[in-house]
Amino acid sequence: MFKSLNICLKDLQSEFRSKKKLNSMIIFSLLVVLIFSISFGNFIGKSSFIDSLVPGVLWVSFTFVSTIAIFQSFSDEIENGCINALKLCPAQWNAIYTGKILSTLTLLYLVQLFIIPIFALMFNYSFQGIFLLAVVVLVGTSGIVSVGVLLAAITMNTRSGELLLPVLLFPLIVPVIIPSVLATGKIISGSTFVDILDELRLLVVYVIMFYTTSRLLFEWTIQD
Amino acid sequence: MLNNNTILAGVELMIEFNKQILRLLPYLILVSLIISLGAIFIYTPPMYDGAGTLLNESFNIFFIHLPIALISYFAFMLVFVSSILYLHTFNNKWDKFAASSAEIGAIFAFLVLLTGSIWANDVWGWYWVWEPRLTTSLVLFLVYVGYIMVRQSVDEPEKGARLSAIFGIVGFISVPLSFFSIRLWRSVHPVMFGDTFYGTTGGGIGGIEIIVTLFINLITFFLLFVGLLIFRYDNEKLKSKVYTLKRKLMNN
Repeated sequence: MFKSLNICLKDLQSEFRSKKKLNSMIIFSLLVVLIFSISFGNFIGKSSFIDSLVPGVLWVSFTFVSTIAIFQSFSDEIENGCINALKLCPAQWNAIYTGKILSTLTLLYLVQLFIIPIFALMFNYSFQGIFLLAVVVLVGTSGIVSVGVLLAAITMNTRSGELLLPVLLFPLIVPVIIPSVLATGKIISGSTFVDILDELRLLVVYVIMFYTTSRLLFEWTIQD
Repeated sequence: MLNNNTILAGVELMIEFNKQILRLLPYLILVSLIISLGAIFIYTPPMYDGAGTLLNESFNIFFIHLPIALISYFAFMLVFVSSILYLHTFNNKWDKFAASSAEIGAIFAFLVLLTGSIWANDVWGWYWVWEPRLTTSLVLFLVYVGYIMVRQSVDEPEKGARLSAIFGIVGFISVPLSFFSIRLWRSVHPVMFGDTFYGTTGGGIGGIEIIVTLFINLITFFLLFVGLLIFRYDNEKLKSKVYTLKRKLMNN
């Protein structure tokens, strides 16, 4: 556990020195939200339309940004053959997986902390139940990332990695996206914690399932 | 007295016998297809729903729709099991088995979508509605298309086998989702057996004729699946033989 924390800190340290990923993720998410606000420009101001649009639009932007973050989780390791050095670490290979998840999640949470206010601003929208929303976003994103990091490790070995990753990722994260969108919609229409318990339970089950299977399988992805 | 020669002769006899059965398999499938079509169109009586109104003839597609859906789940389960066995043993046999099963399963999953859409257009009036069952079935198909793509995008056979086995195990998560989707969320798609999680009971299959017809169709499509699997597996074996021969030629 501490070893995966060390790997995560190593990733974050090198990231905060260059801020390469963080900048591109923030700019990209800004553009996605901008495009949505342009394409749904007519509906802004009609609160009933916006209520039904917001969950979908929000999760589409999160999915896109997660794809970028997940893809870049292994790109640095490939560049100078760092992955071989990482494999020599006195740690189990599973620790690499957990460390990568922690670092990717930290970056994503930072970006989401930035997107949600921008989103509220662009759509002229005030979120109710911001704490519940935070819970759903935290759990949902960790579900996407826990299976995504494994897929990134698979696709970094293939010829067309950056093309293949979304093709593999999007179908697999549907069980996470469906309850997340449903729960977000319920929160927006003013539900309490008890109302979204069903969705939250399904989400947690999938996060645990994705995490355990991916952690078990990870060591085969980086084996030569 | 058993000596090596008699054992070898026995093994050869068994292989020869299996080949005979294999040669018969396509004809067996053809006959059972004819029988099951006959059962659908001649044996089953007109169908009535719970309210007693006569159901449209398009209900007949159900006898094809349900068996191929179950067989596609079965195919993906085979992919899952043989992927685990491949990672456990690193025996190429399991990899070839998983590859063959995934391809046939993907075709069956596509046929499920196709027959479902045709039926939906007749009963509901649309080819496609966005609702949990249909969405998760489409997702299931896409996952296994992704599986085939992983396999094709790696050049070294050993690495491709390893990576696609990993994906075959993770991708199996979509199968229970597709199966339980109509039981988890309220959906237009009927539940044929078991209960839903939100209270209503499944059902809709009544009458011995319907169960018999369904059973005949299930056996037919299972035979079709097994037949396709055997031929596809032979194909994979030939492919790897060609690959090794090519490598040998290039090294010379």
